[in-house]
Amino acid sequence: MANRQPTMAQTPAAPTPGGTLETTQPVRPRRERGTRVRRRRVRAAWLFLTPMLVGLALVAGWPLARTFWFSVTDASLSSLEGANFIGLENYLVYDNGWYGILADPLWWQSVWNTLYFALVSVSLEAVLGVIVALVLNAHFRGRTLVRAAMLIPWAIPTVVSAKIWAWMLNDQFGIINHLLMTLGLIDAPLSWTADASLSMWAVIMVDVWKATPFVALLVLAALQMLPSDCYEAAKVDGIHPVRVFFRVTLPLITPALLVAVIFRALDALRVFDVIYVLTSNAASTMTMSIYARQQLVEFQDVGYGSAASTLLFMIIALVTVVYLYLGRRQLGGGS
Amino acid sequence: MTLRRLKAIALKTGFWLLVAVLVLYAIFPFYYAIVTSLKPSSQLFEVSYWVDSLDFSNYVTVLSQPTFLAAIRNSVVVALSVVLIALLLGLTAAWALGRVRFRGRTTVMMIVLGVSMFPQVAVLSGLFEVIRTLDLYNSPGGLILSYTIFTLPFTVWILTTFMRQLPDELEEAAIVDGASPWVTLTKVFMPLLWPAMATTGLLAFIAAWNEFLFALTFTLTDSQRTVPVAIALISGGSQYELPWGPIMAASVIVTVPLVVLVVIFQRRIVSGLTAGAVKG
Repeated sequence: MANRQPTMAQTPAAPTPGGTLETTQPVRPRRERGTRVRRRRVRAAWLFLTPMLVGLALVAGWPLARTFWFSVTDASLSSLEGANFIGLENYLVYDNGWYGILADPLWWQSVWNTLYFALVSVSLEAVLGVIVALVLNAHFRGRTLVRAAMLIPWAIPTVVSAKIWAWMLNDQFGIINHLLMTLGLIDAPLSWTADASLSMWAVIMVDVWKATPFVALLVLAALQMLPSDCYEAAKVDGIHPVRVFFRVTLPLITPALLVAVIFRALDALRVFDVIYVLTSNAASTMTMSIYARQQLVEFQDVGYGSAASTLLFMIIALVTVVYLYLGRRQLGGGS
Repeated sequence: MTLRRLKAIALKTGFWLLVAVLVLYAIFPFYYAIVTSLKPSSQLFEVSYWVDSLDFSNYVTVLSQPTFLAAIRNSVVVALSVVLIALLLGLTAAWALGRVRFRGRTTVMMIVLGVSMFPQVAVLSGLFEVIRTLDLYNSPGGLILSYTIFTLPFTVWILTTFMRQLPDELEEAAIVDGASPWVTLTKVFMPLLWPAMATTGLLAFIAAWNEFLFALTFTLTDSQRTVPVAIALISGGSQYELPWGPIMAASVIVTVPLVVLVVIFQRRIVSGLTAGAVKG
């Protein structure tokens, strides 16, 4: 290790996800003094990492492994220890008809609901987020105050925002029905959270309201780093601002927008609290997380619930791997 | 000339209209929660857009419930402990990941990033077993332990980013003086990293204060609940008679501190979020 040091310092650092972490690191001006100091530092580094790694192993690694194990057992909440290995029966089994999660229509509906929720809400958040970011990027009096106001939905706990919206969307006394009826858009109050055809939109509405600030902030950070000379050139040439936006601004903020979208998508795929509070376990808005927790806790079927959790984990892991792969490729192409 | 001026005025009006709509959209729900919470229960079901009464009976109702006070206490204990643990473990890890080159560093970073993408439900059953084995079920300890799964990764990530931006000369001087890594970390880096630590601490506090799934699953009795669970489980005589007044009062009580923090520290929060996401 020690004698490889000089070459290591010269080779470019290994790419990391997202890509820009390494670029913030200044090139070390001098070799680190002496191999003994260096060896001591590496030892200290591992020592300093140990508490964090032990913590992550305890709350993430080990529990995840146990969840995988439970998913192939008949464990129940009251007898986790007495679980027996039953193979893949929780997933799919033939016993005069197909049983198991993969044969459960409710599971497939949860998968579909989750994907639908993630796709629609994240798309809306991306569009709205860019609009908000463009507004916040303009110079106007009171910009700081407006930015603070935009942060409020993000700061409000999800449970609280779900409750506030549940009240605003209340079928009899809600202000939204009242407003829509005053404006003459609807004749009779809508039962937003109970009506199966509306409840998904109610959930999406709340999520978009809450998460747009996050997207907007990330896009705003990217907007503020854009070079101003492009814009001056475009202005001199008299190019229409809308054209400038689609030809110059959008391509330049795409990386930041993509990161925000990925973060949001991962959050949306595991969505739980907003739906649990707004519509509880209703089938029309049931997501994979709600399904898994219902099996685990309410039906006490740890084996079956763990199998659902495992499937959810696999789906999210797949999305993550695709993202990391694309991020790496993008970095490789850029440098 | 006049046409151009008219166009400019129209553009300006349109812009301000857009700003007004966005601000209204962002703050109206919370404003409406405040309006509702200040109504006497007799007027609760008449829709009104303005604060037309100043009735604090809903707040009295909520604050006289011992379970709600216990929930606030639990939330404060849990969130503060989570912040302390995350900062301590995050700072040491960030020094190692940000200042030392060693084999396996990228792998560790990938593990940290991977954990931050875990769906919480995926570890629910395994974590339930760990918490029960450690005898932490239905206690703040169980929540403090489980919350490190989502606070630790982004704390490490953000602090590492900030740690890397500090100049090398600082540390070289300390090494020449023969200072141990621990002394370097606490005496050289920590004073410089206060802003970053405040940011990450704030983000960790908000995340812990808002968490719902673990709090719902790993606590059983009213006295051990945290605020989000307590609010979610406020119920009336039946499903259709929720006590909306007290619910809104409770919502306002637990949200005001966060809104104040966010408005005061908005610059820091923005820098933390972008360091954690854009640079990650």
